[in-house]
Amino acid sequence: MTLQAPGIRIDGASLRFGPLAVFDQLDLTVEGGRWTCLLGPSGVGKTSLLRLVAGLPAEGASVAGSVRADDGGGLQDRIAYMAQRDLLMPWASVLDNVLIGPRLRGALKGAARKTYRARAMELLDRVGLADRANAMPSELSGGMRQRTALARTLLEDRPIVLMDEPFSALDALSRYRLQDLAVELLGGRTVLLITHDPLEALRVADRVEVLFGTPARLAQPAITPTGPAPRATDGAEIVRLHQALLNRLAGGQAHPIPGREAAE
Amino acid sequence: MSAAVLLRPVILTFGLLSLWQAVVWISGAPPYILPGPLAVGEVLIAKPALLLRHGAVTAAEIVMGLTLGALFGAISALTLSASRPARRWMMPVLVISQALPVFALAPMLTLWLGYGMASKVAMATLIIYFPVTSAFYDGLRRTEPGWLDLARTMGAGRFAVLRYVRLPAALPAFGSGLRVAAAVAPIGAVVGEWVGSSAGLGYLMLNANARMQVSTMFAALVVLAAFSLILFFVIDRGVKRLVRWQPDA
Repeated sequence: MTLQAPGIRIDGASLRFGPLAVFDQLDLTVEGGRWTCLLGPSGVGKTSLLRLVAGLPAEGASVAGSVRADDGGGLQDRIAYMAQRDLLMPWASVLDNVLIGPRLRGALKGAARKTYRARAMELLDRVGLADRANAMPSELSGGMRQRTALARTLLEDRPIVLMDEPFSALDALSRYRLQDLAVELLGGRTVLLITHDPLEALRVADRVEVLFGTPARLAQPAITPTGPAPRATDGAEIVRLHQALLNRLAGGQAHPIPGREAAE
Repeated sequence: MSAAVLLRPVILTFGLLSLWQAVVWISGAPPYILPGPLAVGEVLIAKPALLLRHGAVTAAEIVMGLTLGALFGAISALTLSASRPARRWMMPVLVISQALPVFALAPMLTLWLGYGMASKVAMATLIIYFPVTSAFYDGLRRTEPGWLDLARTMGAGRFAVLRYVRLPAALPAFGSGLRVAAAVAPIGAVVGEWVGSSAGLGYLMLNANARMQVSTMFAALVVLAAFSLILFFVIDRGVKRLVRWQPDA
């Protein structure tokens, strides 16, 4: 990824199920080439917002507003999507699962086939699964499965990566390792990550947004931890921001971030 | 496989046969009402050519019916899942068709298609068609939504999604349909033969019954049961191979 990854601009996004407005006239800017984390209580509409960006349908909802890339280019064909569940196809090997994108686009033929295979093997090597390329998903642990999903996401080689709690189902150690790996391998891309875990957000994100209320709004200002990710979670700043983030999650807008000026 | 697993069917078969023979001895039923396993065994040994000739006809009807029923069922399920108008127009027809007992159609099929194999194949096809269609269609409809989302973000076309996601995901359901089909296919063929035929195990049974050759009737039944069991196990093995990735297949 040498090109500058585009940012995402969401303007006036609204989503309602009948009389219930999940969010209404919501604006969000996701900076290009950086990690933005979206936190908020369950059911606040984080996943709906991510699906809106991904161009996925919201069954039974009415949707309005604009979602576009900030460089004027198309968005849908520059997005890779990673969900909470690994979504590996149980009938295909690890390697075939990593190759599912080009296969679905009919691109896995001729000379390209070799290139894709080599690239997939290289990515499996980087996520530490080169020796499991021919294994079936049912033979893998949860962490290995999610690493396969990460390799599949990377093979898509899209500048924008949307992730919906991709690490939440893992045990603490696997989660920690996968956060490191994701930060390393997704560097330079625009990442929008949904998480439930404030510490995870502070470890990996350049910017942490909190979504709260009905209809959902963004708490202002966003929290922007300093220093390169992945960060150690025992630094004074992270500890302070963690508490502030928990307060904000518990009380919404009512809790400003102490000790930090409203820079934006 | 342990010895117990291998021995169990042997013990079971022997036990049931002994029970059968005991009932014959104790009740004193004459052989033209209830022949014992020994009498039936004698027929099996004495008339292998006769049983084999008729058995082959029935087996051919069953296999052809199964093939056609599975084929039409699969095509119908794919059509139903691919096209909304097909769903709207075909679903009610399918449901209504199930309100008609297929057996009641047997005399008509014989009238239209004659006394030969065609009417029996049609009967078996009809009886198999619905379970295969409904099981496979159900499988195609219940694709994990997450896989469909993933495919969509990857820019997959409808056909690619069907071929690489929905179809493999529906194979276990298709397999269940096939298993049911393998179990009911012999019923269709034999009922067809009872209504009117010139060959087949059903014909042999009716014929033997009319002549009070009850042990021949039983021998035909044994051949039919053996073939049905073999068919079921072959299909079951095939299905298991097809969906090897499914842990509880």
